[in-house]
Amino acid sequence: MQSISNTGAGVIIQDIAAVIVENKAHLSEIDGKIGDGDHGVNMAKGFGRAADRLDPLGTLTDALGVLSDVLMGEIGGSMGPLYGMTFADMADDLGTTETIDAVAFASMIRAGLEGVQDIGAAKVGDKTMIDTFVPAVDAFDAAISQGKSFSEALAAMKIAAEIGRDSTVDLVAKLGRAARLGERSRGTLDAGAVSCCIILSTFADSITARLS
Amino acid sequence: MQRFINDPDDIVDETVAGFVRAHHNMVRIHDTNPRVVLSHTTPKIGHVGIVTGGGSGHEPAFIGYAGKNMVDAVAVGELFSSPTAKSFYDAIKSVDGGAGVAVLYGNYAGDNMNVKMARKMAKKDGITIETVVANDDVCSAPASEREKRRGVAGEIFMWKIAGAKASTGAPLPDVIAAAQKAIDNCRSIGVGLGPCTLPQVGHPNFEIASGKMEVGIGHHGEPGLRVENLKPANQIAEDMVRTVLEDHTLLKGTEVAVLVSGLGATPINELYVLYNRIEQQIEARGLKVHFQLVGNYFTSLEMVGATLTVMALDDDLKSCLAVETASPAL
Repeated sequence: MQSISNTGAGVIIQDIAAVIVENKAHLSEIDGKIGDGDHGVNMAKGFGRAADRLDPLGTLTDALGVLSDVLMGEIGGSMGPLYGMTFADMADDLGTTETIDAVAFASMIRAGLEGVQDIGAAKVGDKTMIDTFVPAVDAFDAAISQGKSFSEALAAMKIAAEIGRDSTVDLVAKLGRAARLGERSRGTLDAGAVSCCIILSTFADSITARLS
Repeated sequence: MQRFINDPDDIVDETVAGFVRAHHNMVRIHDTNPRVVLSHTTPKIGHVGIVTGGGSGHEPAFIGYAGKNMVDAVAVGELFSSPTAKSFYDAIKSVDGGAGVAVLYGNYAGDNMNVKMARKMAKKDGITIETVVANDDVCSAPASEREKRRGVAGEIFMWKIAGAKASTGAPLPDVIAAAQKAIDNCRSIGVGLGPCTLPQVGHPNFEIASGKMEVGIGHHGEPGLRVENLKPANQIAEDMVRTVLEDHTLLKGTEVAVLVSGLGATPINELYVLYNRIEQQIEARGLKVHFQLVGNYFTSLEMVGATLTVMALDDDLKSCLAVETASPAL
């Protein structure tokens, strides 16, 4: 059974933060087309601060908690609470679990998805992060129920996240600031769907590299 | 970009710091949260506390309305970005005088979420909280979907009415009812002639072509009803009056409060050019202007443009409007 230890997995959040910071300008540029262009700035600020403060040798649970606190306590906007709740609920779900296997990971990402759905109102098709998140979590679950390994399920999640992200190009925004554009929002990726894809893909890469 | 900036990341903290220095006789910064501005008059034991908050870049909103008989605490967000739930929570806690807290804010996704979370946090402390969500911008959604409309400059009237009501020692339900009535009686419209730029982004976040204007534009450049050729001021004023009054069936003889605000880069004198025609138009429709404000009351960085807000009055709202306030902006 493939798994990683919760202790020492704090570094995964640093891996995610590094990719978010790397994509700061890219995310802001996408956001600027139909939003107000600050998504990359705010995400990089939040994830960067969390990466500086968390203990990479500590647990993923604690690292998720630090990230959530920074997003909810210091970033604000829409992304602060949306991602803040996602990571807070992931941390709660993971709790004191010592070994993160496919079942524990499935439960954790499902909790994160439910966390964001609880605070936000978006559904699949509204051109938001949910368009990445829902198919990615579903793909992970489907792979597991088909008897795939943890690493195979992570790969499936990553592909589904990318397809979900790309699906937002043809969608009309229903929520958030871009929704005011109506038809004019079609033809552009949603910045939240892109950042959500970065987070899930880096989760997949970082865990896969550490699977024993 | 020709702007007075040090590091774009510091702009909000520096704005708040300078603001509190400039208006130290009326406001202070929260002891532990630099993103909360408090009126010196708060908390008042036995009185309802009034809280608002929103993104920065709209100065003098939101911080400028902290003061006596106005807003008690303001949560401050990044430029055009909602304050954190923590800041709303700290604001709520600071103004609680035991009679509950009214959180009066605009209808934006981030604000809705952060206030919702702050409310949960404050509930654990046993603080009674009620909210009123401003939705006065008529062009942001049709009348049939009023719950989707954004809150814009009508929030100023909502704060003034609620602050006045709270100053009488009225209980929370009465303060909330007054705030709700104020915003229900408000209709606003914005007209944009030029875009604005977030300093950390560095380029305008939307475009308005030379010779064009955007009718119904939002406070962050949200697209309006239509883009059309720039017209003489009187015609624009007429369009603005028509749009807000057609959304609002008012009986002849109704008294109204009128607010014309610049969006940041429009010269003040042009606001008076607009106001001149606006008042004539309102009175030509059989309404009576009882109270008026003209100036930069709710801006959008350096956007070129103006907003018009009309609030229908009754005796209660008139007496609330008459209550003296002492806040940096009003």
